[in-house]
Amino acid sequence: MKWFRSIMMPPRGSEYAGQVDDTYFLIFWISTAFFFLVAGLTAYFAIKYRRRPGNDGPTPNITHHGGLEAAWTLLPVIPLMLIFVWGFHDFVDARVAPGNALEIKVVAKKWLWAFEYPSGVRAINEIHVPAGRPIRMVMISEDVIHSFFVPTFRIKQDVLPNRYTDLWFEADELGEHVLFCTEYCGKGHSDMMGKITVDSPADFDEWLETGGDLGKDLPPAEFGKILFRIRGCYTCHSLDGSVVEGPSFKGSFGTERKLKGGGTVVMDENYILESLMKPQAKIVTGYPSTMSTFQGLLKEREINALIAMIKELK
Amino acid sequence: MGNSTVETPDLSLMAEALRREPPDSELNYLNAERGLWSWLTTVDHKRIGVLYIISILFMFFLGGMAAIVLRIELLTPERTIMSADTYNKAFTLHGAIMTFLVLVPSIPATLENFVLPLMLGAKDVAFPRMNLASWYCYIVGALVMMASLIFGGIDTGWTLYTPYSTETSGGVGLVLVGAFIVGFSSIFTGLNFIATIHKLRAPGLSWFKMPLFVWGMYATSLIQVLATPVLGITLLLLLMEKVLNVGVFDPALGGDPVLFQHFFWFYSHPVVYIMILPAMAIMSEVIPVFSRKTIFGYKAIAFSSMAIAGVGFIVWGHHMFVSGQSSLAATVFSFITFLVAIPSGIKVFNWLATMYRGSISFEAPMLYAISFLLLFAIGGLTGLFLGSLAVDVHLHDTYFVVAHFHYVMMGGSLMAFIAGLHYWWPKMFGRMYSEKWAAIACGLIFVGFNATFLTQFLMGARGMPRRYYNYLEEFQPMHVFSTVGSWFVLAGFLVMLTYLIASLRKKKADAPGNPWGARTLDWEETSSPPIAHNFHHTPVVTHGPYDFYPQESGR
Repeated sequence: MKWFRSIMMPPRGSEYAGQVDDTYFLIFWISTAFFFLVAGLTAYFAIKYRRRPGNDGPTPNITHHGGLEAAWTLLPVIPLMLIFVWGFHDFVDARVAPGNALEIKVVAKKWLWAFEYPSGVRAINEIHVPAGRPIRMVMISEDVIHSFFVPTFRIKQDVLPNRYTDLWFEADELGEHVLFCTEYCGKGHSDMMGKITVDSPADFDEWLETGGDLGKDLPPAEFGKILFRIRGCYTCHSLDGSVVEGPSFKGSFGTERKLKGGGTVVMDENYILESLMKPQAKIVTGYPSTMSTFQGLLKEREINALIAMIKELK
Repeated sequence: MGNSTVETPDLSLMAEALRREPPDSELNYLNAERGLWSWLTTVDHKRIGVLYIISILFMFFLGGMAAIVLRIELLTPERTIMSADTYNKAFTLHGAIMTFLVLVPSIPATLENFVLPLMLGAKDVAFPRMNLASWYCYIVGALVMMASLIFGGIDTGWTLYTPYSTETSGGVGLVLVGAFIVGFSSIFTGLNFIATIHKLRAPGLSWFKMPLFVWGMYATSLIQVLATPVLGITLLLLLMEKVLNVGVFDPALGGDPVLFQHFFWFYSHPVVYIMILPAMAIMSEVIPVFSRKTIFGYKAIAFSSMAIAGVGFIVWGHHMFVSGQSSLAATVFSFITFLVAIPSGIKVFNWLATMYRGSISFEAPMLYAISFLLLFAIGGLTGLFLGSLAVDVHLHDTYFVVAHFHYVMMGGSLMAFIAGLHYWWPKMFGRMYSEKWAAIACGLIFVGFNATFLTQFLMGARGMPRRYYNYLEEFQPMHVFSTVGSWFVLAGFLVMLTYLIASLRKKKADAPGNPWGARTLDWEETSSPPIAHNFHHTPVVTHGPYDFYPQESGR
C-alpha cells in the first residue's frame, strides 16, 4: 500500500509525519467502510424496494426498533474514541519539544519569514537545519496573523502578533522542504513561502559558519536577481515596469523620484540602502508605506548585489 | 355553561367572512391581490417566502458566479485572468454571500416560511409584520454589504480575522454593518417560528404528531435566536475598533486577535447547524413520502435535532487547534466534536431504515435527497479527520477543509434546499416541472460537484493551502480537474433554472393538491397553490404525519 500512501499524502520528512499518516489512514479506512455501508444500503434499498407493480401499496408500519437503535447509537462510540485517542496522542508529541532542541527564532511579516539562529546567524525565507536533531521554532509576527506550515513534516502553527507560539520537528533525511504561510495575510499570502534544507550535521555546521555563501560564484547583478526572489522583494516590486504594490525597479536607477509630502530624491546607492534599512524615511509619492526594515537581515554583499541588479535594469 | 355566550357566533362577522370567500377555486395567494405594491407590503407568509426565494436565488447567482471566476483563475499557477487583489476580493465576496445571504436564510426564510403555517394548520405565522420586517432587514443588510463593492470591495475573507480586518482598507465597515442588519432578519425569523410552533398548532397536532420538518426547524430557530446576537456583538466590537480605535482584538491597540476567533466561531460554528438542521428536516419529509413509508425512529430524529443544536454550541474551538489556544482546550473541543457525530449518524441510519421495505419512487425531490445522503455522508465523515487533533494540524487551512465544508454546506445544505424546493414547488406555484430535465440537472450537479471537490480533498492532504492565488506547479492538474468539474455544476444549475422558469410560464396551474401523496396538512388540506388564508376551515389532525400503512378505519 506504499504507492497508495504516496498518492494520498505528501512525502514524509520525519518520523512524526509517519505517525500522523497512521492516524490519517486509520480514519480513512474507518470512514471508507462507513461510507460504503451507507452508499451500499442506499443503492440496495433503492433497487430492491423501488416502486413497481406489486410494490406500490401500503407499506409496513415499522416505527422503531430498540435494539437496532441502541446499536447504531452506541457502537460508533468505539471507532470515534479510537480516533480521538490516536489524534490526541500524536498531538501531545507534536506540542512538547524535546529539551535538547535547537531553537530558532522566527519573525513573520508581510510577506516573508525571518529566522535567527542561537549563534546570531540570520536568514530570510531559506534556512538550513541539521538532520536527526529536534528543531524548535519560536515564532512571533510583526503585523497580522500568519501560519507556519511544512506539509512534509505534518506540522502547522499560527504565528501571532502579540505572543510567542512554537512548534518543533526532527527531520530524518537530507533534502528540501517547502514552507507555506497558511493564515490568509493579504496580497502576498500565496507568495509567502520558504525552503527548509536538511543537511548532514557537518554540512549544517559549515553553512552556519559561512552564513550561507549563496551566490558566491555569481556576478553581483545575477546574485541580486536571486535575492530579489528569495528575500521576497518580488511580492511588492517588479523588474519589468509593472506595479505590484511598490514602485518597479525597471529603469529607476539615477532617476529623480518625487516624494510623498514634497521634495525629491535621486535613486542612487544611498537611497537604496536607506530604503532597505529605514523604508519609511522617504516614500515615493503614490505608493503605500507598507515596507518593513531589512536592518540586520541582509549582509553587505547582498545589499551590493541588489544595488548592482537595480543599476543594470535599464 | 359560563362561556356559552362567548361561543355564540357573531353573525355579522360570519357574513363578512362569507363575502371574502373566493368566488371560485381559481383565486389563490398569488393572484388574490395584484401589483408590485401588494407584494412589497404583504404580510402573507407565503408571499414573504416567495420574496425571499427570489432574493436568495439572486444572491446565489452572484455568489456562484464569483466561484466560477475563482476556479477559472486557478487554472494556472500564476496569474490567469485577475490580480491577486481581485482574487482575494472575489473569494471574500463568494464566502460572505454564500454564508450570510444564501445558506443561513435559505431554508428557514424561504421554504419554512412558506410551509410551516401550512404544516401546523395555521393561517399565518405568529407575527406576520415581524416576518415582513425580517425580509426588509435582509434586503437592507444585503444592499449595505454589496455597497462595499463600490468602495473597492473587501479582501479579508468571510471570516474577517483580526488584526488583518482592522488594518486593511476598503469597505470592511459596510460589510460589518450589513451583516449586523442581516443578523436581525435571522433573529426575527427564529423568534417568529418558535412562537408559531408553540402557539398556532391545529387541534389534534400534539408535539409528537408534528412533522419532523417542524422539529428540525424548531431546533434551528433556537440556535438562530441564541447564537446570532453573539455575531452581532462581535461585529459591533470590530466596528468600534475600526472606527473609534477601541482596542479589543488588535494587538496594536492592546487587544487579542485570538479573542476575535473565539467570538467569531462561537457564532459561526452553530451557524453550520443553522444550515444543516433544516436540511436534515427536509430529508425527514422527502424520504418517507417518496418511500411511502412511516418514518423510522420519529422520536430519535426529533431528539437528535435538539442534541445537535445543544452540542453544536460547545465545539467552536475545533476551528482553532493551531490558533494558539491552550492544548487542553483543544483536547476538550476535539473530544466533544466526536460526540456530535453520533446524533448525525443516528439520522442517517433512520433515513436508511425508512427506505427499508418502502415503495420508493424517484421524482426530483428524492433524487436530490439521495444526492444529499451520499454527499452529506462524505462531508460528515471527512469531519472526523478534522476533529482529530494531530491530523487537523496537518489539514487545517488547506483545501481539505475547503472540500469538507463544501460537502456539508453545498452537498448537504444546498442539495436539501433544492430537494425541498422541488418538493414544494407544485404547492408554491401550482405547476409541475419537467421530471426528465430535473433528473439531468441533478446528474450534472452531482457529477460536477464530486469532480470539483473530491479532488480538493486530495490536494489539501498533499499540502495545498487555501486562499492561495499562486500555487506550486505540482498542484496544477488537480486544480484544472476541479475547475472543469465546476463547469458541470454550472451547467446543471442553468438547466434547473430553465425548466423551473418553463414550469412557471405554463398558463394553467396543473399541479394537483397533493401530487406526492404526502400525509401532512400542507399537502392534504390545501390546494396548490393555497388560497390566501391557507385553509377554508381550521383543519383537525386525526393521523400522524407519516401514516402510510394500511388504515383500519377511514382513510
